[in-house]
Amino acid sequence: MAEVVMAVHRGDASGGKPVEYTVPLAPGMVVLDALHYIQGHLSPDLAVRWNCKAGRCGSCSAEVNGKPRLTCKTRMDSLPSDKPITVLPLKAFPVIKDLVTDVKWNYEVNRKIPAFSPRPGTDWKMYQEDVERPQEFRKCIECFLCQDVCHVLRDHGKHAEYAGPRFFVRVAGLEMHPLDGLSRIKGMRNQMGIGLCNITKCCTEVCPEEIHITDNAIIALKERVVDQFYDPLVWIARKITGSDGR
Amino acid sequence: MAVSSGQAGLRNIEARVGLGATQRRDLWWVQPLAVFVGLAAFGIYATLRAFQGNFYQWGPYLSPFYSPLIDPEHHWWPLSPAVLVLGGPLGFRTTCYYYRKAYYRAFFLDPAACAVGEARHKYSGETKFPLILQNIHRYFFYLSFVFLVSLWRDAVRGFMWNGHFGAGVGSFVLLIDAALLTTYTFSCHSCRHMVGGNLDCFSCAKFGGTRLSLWKRVTSLNEHHMLIAWTSLFFVAFTDVYVMLVAMGKIQDLRLF
Ligand code: SF4
Ligand code: SF4
Ligand code: FES
Ligand code: FES
Repeated sequence: MAEVVMAVHRGDASGGKPVEYTVPLAPGMVVLDALHYIQGHLSPDLAVRWNCKAGRCGSCSAEVNGKPRLTCKTRMDSLPSDKPITVLPLKAFPVIKDLVTDVKWNYEVNRKIPAFSPRPGTDWKMYQEDVERPQEFRKCIECFLCQDVCHVLRDHGKHAEYAGPRFFVRVAGLEMHPLDGLSRIKGMRNQMGIGLCNITKCCTEVCPEEIHITDNAIIALKERVVDQFYDPLVWIARKITGSDGR
Repeated sequence: MAVSSGQAGLRNIEARVGLGATQRRDLWWVQPLAVFVGLAAFGIYATLRAFQGNFYQWGPYLSPFYSPLIDPEHHWWPLSPAVLVLGGPLGFRTTCYYYRKAYYRAFFLDPAACAVGEARHKYSGETKFPLILQNIHRYFFYLSFVFLVSLWRDAVRGFMWNGHFGAGVGSFVLLIDAALLTTYTFSCHSCRHMVGGNLDCFSCAKFGGTRLSLWKRVTSLNEHHMLIAWTSLFFVAFTDVYVMLVAMGKIQDLRLF
């Protein structure tokens, strides 16, 4: 039977190193299967977070051969087997054990976003043409791969002043909601740090749900920030017409 | 089944810090390198040609670098006329969302590619001077219409030979150039925002239906913004090369009718 060597990070907050395991290949196998094989046969204390094994729950995120991926959606036969396949934990978040990272910072950011608030006197009727844009953003499975790859968090560690692509997606979904009555644009600029994003599109490249994060969420929000803060013409037009342009 | 302790070193999690540090095994550096070469080549060529101030006109053809043509006789402007109009298209492209991505990656290595480490530096994204100026992109979008009008006028003139309708290969080169630059302008993200992207509810807004269909059209172009950006960039240079070579007498423009 064909075999492959996996170099899997082992360790905790105090440090760690990759450990190599030889794993037999089976048809249709994904990286998560290989990790389960290691857990079942070679090292029962390997810590891996997973839940659905179907690309729905977003728990099994890791870096496979240097790329942020869902391990349950990464087929072994898509990876070169001549060298050990590396599986490392997400870089943007602290390691708890082995491949499991502490992603609670994300939930803290999420809590700061003002929730959906219907306009006063809302008529609870929505048309498909109006909900199409927010619908794309609802596909997010909170795998945090985009957060991991985003260099603002990954390399520059701006967790204190930046919300990250996952939450730009959430805010874009709320801002474009046809029945929502709040504006979160000021917060986007002042607290959530959308100006720190330099639209280099890595979030879009890794999103397993293929959400067009940069084009449809981030740039759309940046343009709304411009409307509110950097465009005197829009500002004058809104004063004259008394409209909020939405 | 062998269980061995791997060599730490390269595959360690700490090894993901620092310029170029990555565990990626693919040729991640090819794309930034290609973009670097492409943009640098265009930048150098365009600068040389713009300052040259010669061989930009032949018969009914005018190079797009010199459009609109202002003070070619040097009554009040001593330098090449291209220098006067360069700022518009240059500003439009430099603040373009696609080119920003391209040069942040290829020139600033910020990041060079996804999940590839960066050199340690103070990072402020687009929140401080000068990069905060990227926010004025839409003003360059407005300005670009002045240039489009001028380019279409040149394209039409490219078919006028001493008052008679006619066409050479160059007439079509100029026409395609104007068409590509128009497509580039209409595939712009700011354009997409202004025609409809800024609405939350199409069905409740004034002219909502029209704006929705405009937004959809611009969106379908916008999805190919990168491709259109490169094609139009390449073709502007090609058009200029064509006019230059014809003006220098190095090649002959084929008269079609
Ligand atoms: S486009 Fe912005 S949010 Fe997405 S990875 Fe790049 S810097 Fe981060
Ligand atoms: S936007 Fe995509 S990559 Fe980011 S958390 Fe959601 S599903 Fe994952
Ligand atoms: S295990 Fe649920 S997404 Fe991979
Ligand atoms: S976004 Fe590229 S031209 Fe506006």
